[in-house]
Amino acid sequence: VHLTISQSRAASSANHIQPLLVDNAGQFFSSGHTNNWAVLVCTSRFWFNYRHVANTLSVYRSVKRLGIPDSHIVLMLADDMACNHRNPKPATVFSHKNMELNVYGDDVEVDYRGYEVTVENFLRVLTGRLPPSTPRSKRLLSDDRSNILIYLTGHGGNGFLKFQDSEEISNVELADAFEQMWQKRRYNELLFIIDTCQGASMYERFYSPNLMALASSQVGEDSLSHQPDLAIGVHLMDRYTFYLLEFLEDIHPASKTNMNDLFKVCPKSQCVSTPGHRTDLFLRDPGSVLITDFFGSVRKVEITMETINLTDPIKQVEQRKYSYVDQLPVSEIIHQKPKQKDWHPPDGFILGLWTLILLVFFKLYGMKHLKHIF
Amino acid sequence: MATTEVERRRGQLAALSIAAVVIIVGVPLWWRTTETYRAWLPVNQINELANLQLQLSADVEVVFARGTVTPEQQKKVPTQVVISLCLFCSSPLEADLSLHTLSESPCGSLVVYVIPESSTLLPEDVDVYIGQRRTALLRIEQLLAHLEPRIKQVLQVMSFSHTDITAALSDRVRLSPGNKESIADSMRAFKSSPGYEITFSLLNPDPKSHRVHWDIEGAVQTYIQPLLTKLAPLANFSIDSQTLYYAMLGVNPRYDSSRSAYTLNSDSLAHVINPVEARLGSNAASSNPVLNFLLYVPDAHHSPLHIHDHKKQEVLSNAFHSPRWGGIMVYNVNGFYGPEAVFPVDININMAKVMGVFLAQLRLLLGVQSSAPPPGFLVAPCSSTGLADWELDRLMWSRTVENVATATTTITSLAQLLDQIGNIVINDNIAQQVSSAVTSLQLAVAELEAGNLGFALQYSKEAILASERAFFDPSLLHLLYFPDDQKFAIYIPLFLPMCVPILLSLLKIVSEARQKRRERQAKKD
Repeated sequence: VHLTISQSRAASSANHIQPLLVDNAGQFFSSGHTNNWAVLVCTSRFWFNYRHVANTLSVYRSVKRLGIPDSHIVLMLADDMACNHRNPKPATVFSHKNMELNVYGDDVEVDYRGYEVTVENFLRVLTGRLPPSTPRSKRLLSDDRSNILIYLTGHGGNGFLKFQDSEEISNVELADAFEQMWQKRRYNELLFIIDTCQGASMYERFYSPNLMALASSQVGEDSLSHQPDLAIGVHLMDRYTFYLLEFLEDIHPASKTNMNDLFKVCPKSQCVSTPGHRTDLFLRDPGSVLITDFFGSVRKVEITMETINLTDPIKQVEQRKYSYVDQLPVSEIIHQKPKQKDWHPPDGFILGLWTLILLVFFKLYGMKHLKHIF
Repeated sequence: MATTEVERRRGQLAALSIAAVVIIVGVPLWWRTTETYRAWLPVNQINELANLQLQLSADVEVVFARGTVTPEQQKKVPTQVVISLCLFCSSPLEADLSLHTLSESPCGSLVVYVIPESSTLLPEDVDVYIGQRRTALLRIEQLLAHLEPRIKQVLQVMSFSHTDITAALSDRVRLSPGNKESIADSMRAFKSSPGYEITFSLLNPDPKSHRVHWDIEGAVQTYIQPLLTKLAPLANFSIDSQTLYYAMLGVNPRYDSSRSAYTLNSDSLAHVINPVEARLGSNAASSNPVLNFLLYVPDAHHSPLHIHDHKKQEVLSNAFHSPRWGGIMVYNVNGFYGPEAVFPVDININMAKVMGVFLAQLRLLLGVQSSAPPPGFLVAPCSSTGLADWELDRLMWSRTVENVATATTTITSLAQLLDQIGNIVINDNIAQQVSSAVTSLQLAVAELEAGNLGFALQYSKEAILASERAFFDPSLLHLLYFPDDQKFAIYIPLFLPMCVPILLSLLKIVSEARQKRRERQAKKD
C-alpha cells in the first residue's frame, strides 16, 4: 500500500513550474475570468415584432458559434415566431431579406418562452432568487470569475423597457439588480447591450463597478428597423443588431478584435440613430478587452505536470444488473386494474321512461299543469 | 332661528367628528395596512460582523529528542516532553510511522519532533521532514535561538501562511495583484461549495476501430473514493460517469514527422474544450459546481496523439486541465494492436494510470496542492488516499476562512440591501435564517480563535448555508419600483374627493368661529 507522487522532471521541476505559472498568470491577468455566460432576452410578442425575436436569435447564434455552450446561455423569447401560424416558412426565423440566413436552425434551446418572459422572472434570473424547483438550464449559475453578456431588445422608452405589452422594467430596477449581482459577486465583468428606442436611458442609472454598456440609440431617438421582407411581410431585423451581426460574423474564437471596434458598429449614416456606449464604470481599458472575452468562451488551460503513481489493484465491485426486466413487472408499475364499468340502461329507455312518467302525471292531475312546464 | 342654529351646530359637530375619525383612526390604519412587513433583523450584530477581526491559532506541540537539549536549556524551554526517538531507523518514513503509534493529534494541531544535528535520520541537505500525518521532523543546530523561526516556517508550510489566508479572504478584501502565483492559484481552485459533482467521461470518436472498455466503477471505488471520504467534512461529492461516442476534439492535430506522431500544441488546447462541453450534460437537479474529467481515446487515423507544451516538449502525463472546469487526458491505444488487427479492436484501459492523472488534477482543482515547499524541506510520499493529513488541515483552514468571509459578505450586503430598498418584505423565516447565520459566524470565529478546526469548519458551513438561503430566498424580490409621482397618481383620486368636503367644512367652521368672535368683540365695545 504505497503511493509516491512523482514529479515529471526531478530536479528542475521547481524551475519548470515557475515560468509556466507566470505565462499562465499573464494570461489570467489579461481578463481575470474563467467562464462566460450570456442572458439574451426578447421582450415583445405578436407577429409584427418578428424582428425582435430575430435580433435575439442572431446574437444567440453568434454567441454559440464563438463557443459558449447552451448550458451557459439563458435564452428568453417572449413569442414563438418560427411556429407562428402567420409564418409562411414554418420553423424558420430569417435575419436577412431574400431568406439568406436562418437563425433558428435546428439547435436552438429556449429556456424561457412565451408568457414565462416577465420582469419578475428576468430579475429572478439575474439575482438568483429562483424557487428551488427551477432546473439548472433556467438558472444563471455564474460566480465571481464569470463574464456575462446581457442583451435586451424590444420596445422601450425613456427609462423603461416594455415586457409582453403589459408591464415594464425601469432603469432603476435594472441598476439595482446589477448592484445585487455585484454584492453577491455574481460576475467578474458584465457587458450590457440594448437595442430599443431611447436605449441609452436604460444604462444611465448604473452604479456598480465593472459594467460596460452599449445602446442602439440615444434618449429622444428611435431605433429603426432594417428591411422588410415582402414574402414574410414584416421587418426582419433592427438596424443596430443587423450591423452587429455582420460585425460578429467576422469574429472567430481566436481573433483579437477589441471593444473599440464594437463601439464603431453602426454609425449614424447606417443606423440613422446614434449608438451610445458607457465605459466609465469599467476598470479595464476598452481597447484591451477582446470581443471574445464576452461573446466567446476561450478557456484558460494549464498542462498537468504531476501525476500520482497508483499501485493498488482495482477492487472488484459487485455487478448490479441495471435491466428493467429484473425490476417490477410492467403491470405492477402501471397499476392497471380492469375498469369497473357501471351498468347503464340503454339511453332510449331513459327517455321513454321519463316521457311515460310525465304523461301519467298530467293524466292524473290534469292537463292544466302542462303549461307550467312548457 | 333656533332650529337652524341647532342644525348648524349638528352640522359642525358632524364635520368635526368625521375629521377626527379620519385623522385619528383612518390615517394610522392606512399607514399600517400599506406598510411592508419587515421582521426584525439583528442589525447591530451584523454591523459588528462587518469589522470582523480573525484570529487563527493552531496547537503546536514541540517534542525534543534526547540529545537535543542540555539539562540547563531543558529548564528554560517551556515544553518539557523529552522522548527517545528511533534515531537508528533507516529512513525518515519509518521513523514517522513509528511516531504515529505514540499519539493521534486532533485536526488543526501539529507535532514537531526536534532531532539533534548529529542524527543521520535525514539526508544531508534536508533539515525538515514533513510526515504523512500531522508530524514534522526538524533538525536544529545546538543554538535554540533558531528554534522559533524554524518552527514558524514549518507552520507556514503545514498549516497556513499569511498569503494563504489573504487569498482565502479575497471575497472581503479585494486582492491587490501582488503575488501572481497566488492569483493563479485562487482562480484555479473551485470556490467553497457545500457539494461538488464529479463526472468522468470516456470520449470515443472512432467506435468502428476501437471498442473501449473501462472499469470506472472499480477505479472510482479504489482510487477516488478514499480521497473523497477523507474530504467529507468539507463537502459532499457525487460521482457519475458516461461514455460519449463520435465526440471529436474541436481542433485538428498536426502531424509531426520527426516524432511520427500527431501533436496538439498548447495554444490550440484552449479551443478543445468548448465543442465537447456542449455534449457533456450535467445533473439538472442540483446547482453544485461540476468537475469534468474527460478521457479521450484518439481515432485510429490520428494515433498516437501527444500534447506539447510551450517549449515543444512532449508532456509526460499527456493531460491538461482548465481552471474551475476539469481535466482532459489523451490515452493513446495504438500500441495495443498491430497493423494486421481486425477492427474493431477490444481495448481495456489501464485505469491506474488514468486515475493517477485524474487524481492529481482533482487535487489541484479542489485547492489542495500549492507551491513547491521551500528549500531544505522534504515532503513524505503520499498516503494511500492521495492526501496527507496536514494537507487536509491546510485546506480546512483556508476553506473555513473563505466560508467565514463569504458568509460575512452575504449577510452584510443583505442587511445593506434591505436597508436601501424599503419595498422588500422580510418574512419571519428570513429573519430566522439571518439570526442563525450570525450566531454560527460568531461561533466559528470563536472556534478559530480557540484552534478547534473541526468545529470551526462545521460552524462556518452552517453559516454559509443559512446566509445563502436567506440571501437567495425567492420572496426577497423587491416590489416593482414605484416612483413618487406614480404614488401620488394612485392616492390622489382616492383621497382627494373625500378630503375636499371635510377640509372645506372645517374651514367654514373656523371662519364662522372667527366671525362670531369678531361680533362678540364688536358687541363688547
